[in-house]
Amino acid sequence: MSNRSSLGSKLVASPYIVWSVLFIIAPLIFVVYYSFTDASGAFTFENITALSKYTPTFLRSIWFGIVATIICLIIAFPLAYIISQKTEKVQRTMVMLVMLPMWMSFLIRTYSWMALLQDTGIINNLLGKIGIDPIHMINTEGAVILGMVYNFLPYMIMPIYSVMAKLDYSMVEACQDLGGNRLTVVRRCIIPMSMPGIVSGITMVFVPSVSTFYISQKLGGGSFDLIGDVIERQFQQSYNYNLGAALSLVLMVLILISMAVMNRFTGDEEGVVI
Amino acid sequence: MKKRFASVLFALILALLPCVTAVAAEQSEIDALRGTTLYVYNWGEYISDGADDTLDVNAAFEEKYGINVVYETYDNNEVMYSKLKGGGVSYDVVIPSDYMIQRMIAEDMLQPIDFSNIPNYKYIPEKYKNLAHDPKNEFSVPYTVGMVGLIYNTEMVEEAPDSWTALWDENYENSILMFNNPRDAFAIAQSILGMDYNNESEASWRVAAELLKEQKNVSPAYVNDEVFLKMEAGEAAMAPYYAGDFLTMQENNPALDFVYPKEGVNFFVDGACVLKGAKNKLAAELYINFLLEPEVALANAEYICYASPHTEVFNNPEYSFYEDEILYPEDGKFKTQLFLNLNPETLALMSTLWDDVKNYIPSGTGNHDFFFGGSGSAVSTDDGEAMTPEARRYALYIGIFAAVCVAFVIFRYARKKYRENI
Repeated sequence: MSNRSSLGSKLVASPYIVWSVLFIIAPLIFVVYYSFTDASGAFTFENITALSKYTPTFLRSIWFGIVATIICLIIAFPLAYIISQKTEKVQRTMVMLVMLPMWMSFLIRTYSWMALLQDTGIINNLLGKIGIDPIHMINTEGAVILGMVYNFLPYMIMPIYSVMAKLDYSMVEACQDLGGNRLTVVRRCIIPMSMPGIVSGITMVFVPSVSTFYISQKLGGGSFDLIGDVIERQFQQSYNYNLGAALSLVLMVLILISMAVMNRFTGDEEGVVI
Repeated sequence: MKKRFASVLFALILALLPCVTAVAAEQSEIDALRGTTLYVYNWGEYISDGADDTLDVNAAFEEKYGINVVYETYDNNEVMYSKLKGGGVSYDVVIPSDYMIQRMIAEDMLQPIDFSNIPNYKYIPEKYKNLAHDPKNEFSVPYTVGMVGLIYNTEMVEEAPDSWTALWDENYENSILMFNNPRDAFAIAQSILGMDYNNESEASWRVAAELLKEQKNVSPAYVNDEVFLKMEAGEAAMAPYYAGDFLTMQENNPALDFVYPKEGVNFFVDGACVLKGAKNKLAAELYINFLLEPEVALANAEYICYASPHTEVFNNPEYSFYEDEILYPEDGKFKTQLFLNLNPETLALMSTLWDDVKNYIPSGTGNHDFFFGGSGSAVSTDDGEAMTPEARRYALYIGIFAAVCVAFVIFRYARKKYRENI
């Protein structure tokens, strides 16, 4: 009996196993291989040591990723809570509205932000109509972070919402009965219970923000190179697969470390967060 | 629908053709190609495609020879090169630029063209033959030619620029666009410095890189195709770009004007080549020959707006850009240089220097900072090493963030202990 079921489970899992070996494990091995070889295929550490000059870019990427993640969290948490409190019909509509921008291409959405933000763009035209001097927004750090927040916000809202929608409301009522004011209810009850959603939201926003490449080129005017831009350039422009792979490897390790730190930070949660 | 229209149009054109020059290959060989497939890899927006009642060149070719054309596009030479080098793809015809043709010849990626199958080569004038990238005219057939120049918005500049140094003018801060690819960007700096675009001296490339870093004082935006959107909207005062593209932009914004800066400009030739390992070589040659049919070349020249190296096009009074001063300036009126292939060391140097330029943030500019206010760090300006003031600022922010997190964890731990004790 147990034999048959384990054979069955292996069979069921096999498409994914084949998939992950072909498209996840094998490429990872290639990344590692390229990182430690030079153009002729000989073993070298040169790619790794050459990375020190990209320290500012790494720092900038991480900082932008942190800021974008915090802003997303600040926007998404109340929104997810509000959605989860509505009737089912309203919830469906609101969730659809959150997802709606994702039906369009990421590239087109970013390109449109360029048209909105530029000095002669729609926002500045409207400001001009009501007599406000144009504000220089495009090609700034703020524009890049705005692009990240806009593009990745749904990835923060959705996991938090899906946890909150299943939240046991009797807990909230119990908290209120015990004399908790609104702030206490949020602090001691809602945040701890939605922690799994918050953690996966942070992961799903931080990782793509750190490694993104298109947003900074279009909204940052190419002046705020993120690590994704540098990697893209190694593969597309310079034909330097080795340096590109080394950069990717270090980026992966950095993301892994930050994820591990975050899991420590939130892992031993048992109720109290703030 | 579009296809049918094009074929009707093509039938008309065939009727109008005075004579179709015969290729050397036997008719039977050509007939045998019916039903085969030809893989063409070209720049985006670089062939007349049947939009707006133009000639659909690929459909017309399919109609004439019965050969299916699979047509794919790329954004720039380097993308094309990486894709071919990466393996796993096989094309027959590619249309790279001069220096890339030379590089591909050197790396044995192209095969000689049998010119007896390209009788229309006679339309290419001598001045586009025997150029340094293909000195014996064995591997490439010129498709378009052109020059880089300075596009400016007459409503936004005080006086018409005549020099590349206008792109360094601090009066136009936040209003300057720049090439987002190393070769073209370096060429502008090299023009100003009076250098050869193809020199391979490390010191001179470093000097040019310093000049490009200096340009960051005017906060240029590094752009590719966004240049169209930005110049047409009046978003920027000046941008270096190709003469042919300026004509497209000017149609949408008549306030734009164009100049060939006095320091000299890049002159390029994009040529059709047959790749080594092409599975359909004869069809590839028929295709290249077809591109040189006067009607086809004219349709392409009208569509692409770049200068044509085809005598029957630029001598045709009905051609929209007939004797156009921008596309077809007198020979020798402007200083021009061709890009040639650089040795691997110089290419690698150019890439790293370009990374440096892109990463460089001049100290003292705080204008990027509407988000965090002020330029942040007052650390000294010795940015010889990796840690620029900007990098220190980010390191500081990340450090503060990490410290807050750590403090919070310690606080919570301490509180937990404290509560357990009561």
